[in-house]
Amino acid sequence: MQLALFIIFGLLAIAGALNLLYQRHPINSALSLVVVMMSLAVLYWSLGAEFLAAAQVIVYAGAVMVLFVFVVMLLNAGEEERTHGSRIAYIAGIPGALGVLGLLSWVFFSNRIALGTTTVGGDLNASDNLKAVSHMLFTSLLLPFEVTSILILIAILGAVVLARKEL
Amino acid sequence: MTEPTSLPIFLLISIVKIAVVLVITLTAVAYTVLLERKVLGRMQNRWGPSRVGPFGLLQPLADGIKLFLKEDMMPLAVERPLFVLAPIIALGCALISIAVVPFGATYLYKGVDITQIANVNVGLLVVLGVTSIGVYGIALSGWSSNNKYSLFGSLRATAQVISYELALGLSLVGVVMRAGSLNLRHIVDSQSAHGALSWNIVGGLQIVAFFIYLMAAYAETNRSPFDLPEAESELVAGYHTEYSSMKFAMFFMAEYANMITVACVATLLFFGGASSPFGHTFDGFANGAFAHVAFSIFWFVSKILAFILLYIWVRATLPRFRYDQLMGFGWKFLLPVAMINILVTALALAYHG
Repeated sequence: MQLALFIIFGLLAIAGALNLLYQRHPINSALSLVVVMMSLAVLYWSLGAEFLAAAQVIVYAGAVMVLFVFVVMLLNAGEEERTHGSRIAYIAGIPGALGVLGLLSWVFFSNRIALGTTTVGGDLNASDNLKAVSHMLFTSLLLPFEVTSILILIAILGAVVLARKEL
Repeated sequence: MTEPTSLPIFLLISIVKIAVVLVITLTAVAYTVLLERKVLGRMQNRWGPSRVGPFGLLQPLADGIKLFLKEDMMPLAVERPLFVLAPIIALGCALISIAVVPFGATYLYKGVDITQIANVNVGLLVVLGVTSIGVYGIALSGWSSNNKYSLFGSLRATAQVISYELALGLSLVGVVMRAGSLNLRHIVDSQSAHGALSWNIVGGLQIVAFFIYLMAAYAETNRSPFDLPEAESELVAGYHTEYSSMKFAMFFMAEYANMITVACVATLLFFGGASSPFGHTFDGFANGAFAHVAFSIFWFVSKILAFILLYIWVRATLPRFRYDQLMGFGWKFLLPVAMINILVTALALAYHG
């Protein structure tokens, strides 16, 4: 059953990503990205990472993308036009994206023993999933965790500084 | 979570559970509207609906028939797919979050818990996540209507919901720390030791968190005194100005379904969920597992009803905020107080534990 969910939402994520590129109107593209985010959350869930799935929905689909849609609505951005630059992006973008995809797949496949594997739906029955994640965040991964929080704090301060200039 | 049952039985019982909960929720939504009109009427020294059926009890039916039979207007300038999609998102998200709410003591039938649709380990986060997706319904409805009043209403609503979501989420952290789990069943179980005395609002000393939650939740559901998105003196009707017939009804139902969800979460997190306020004192009267479950559902429904009455009472009492006051209140008062509450709760837990 989890395998069926994994395949359905994997296909939905790919379809959403393709639709994101295909749509001309920015708001439709943003909504396709929301579909991709939600499908990714289901994929995480079917692999047993419940907290990651919920955080994905709350942070990406529920906060970041809402702000995207908000900005698109406020700017009242129209449909995108074909320019000379967009044609260059078209020619250079597809090989570039394929190259990145190939590189990432190669890295993941060559290091798959070090990265470890999970089974579909395997860890969902364990009730201390969340505790394991938080324990790891505050012990072995404490330094990256704190550095990330400082990075976010700097970003907030930067936003305040930029906004104050306008006042 | 380890069900010994076979997959077909599990699926069948789950579908029946979903259907029953959906029907009960939608009926509750319809009668919450009637209750609001009746109670508001009494508070304003008038009768409220009293003509259709005994005491006006068939009014929701009449309203439903009216909304179904009305012409479904589709203005020419709307962004058609999104205009249709927006009310579906709003109502869908409002109804989905009921799925993780445990509305009674555990009762296993053929190995499946029938008093909760889905027992999820991160149930609280699922409720928050689904609620945050519901913002799209409001945002898109205003934008796709191609009407400046709709757009203003939806911008206000979106900004308000995103801002108050922070205070709402942070106010729940104290409760989660006390329970040590995000599973709604575990949170309820952590408060059921001594009846009302061990509820989070009393025994857990989370009364500050409860009031932050309450205020943030009123803003989240766009209800009075935070109902600026539909301030009729400024914005016609806000984001649903261009909607008519069943599409309007879906927004209306979503608002009331959200009220019920908020009441459910407040009950589960601060008022002991489906546990009795008298603890185990009267367990002798309710012999047998079924009576126990029936009483737990009775307590849960009573608590929800009390919250809905509070909603209506607040609406009848308080005037609307000004928009800058609303934002200042959320960011400068509720958010810092919620953070202080987290700190104090964490220190107390560290001291005792």
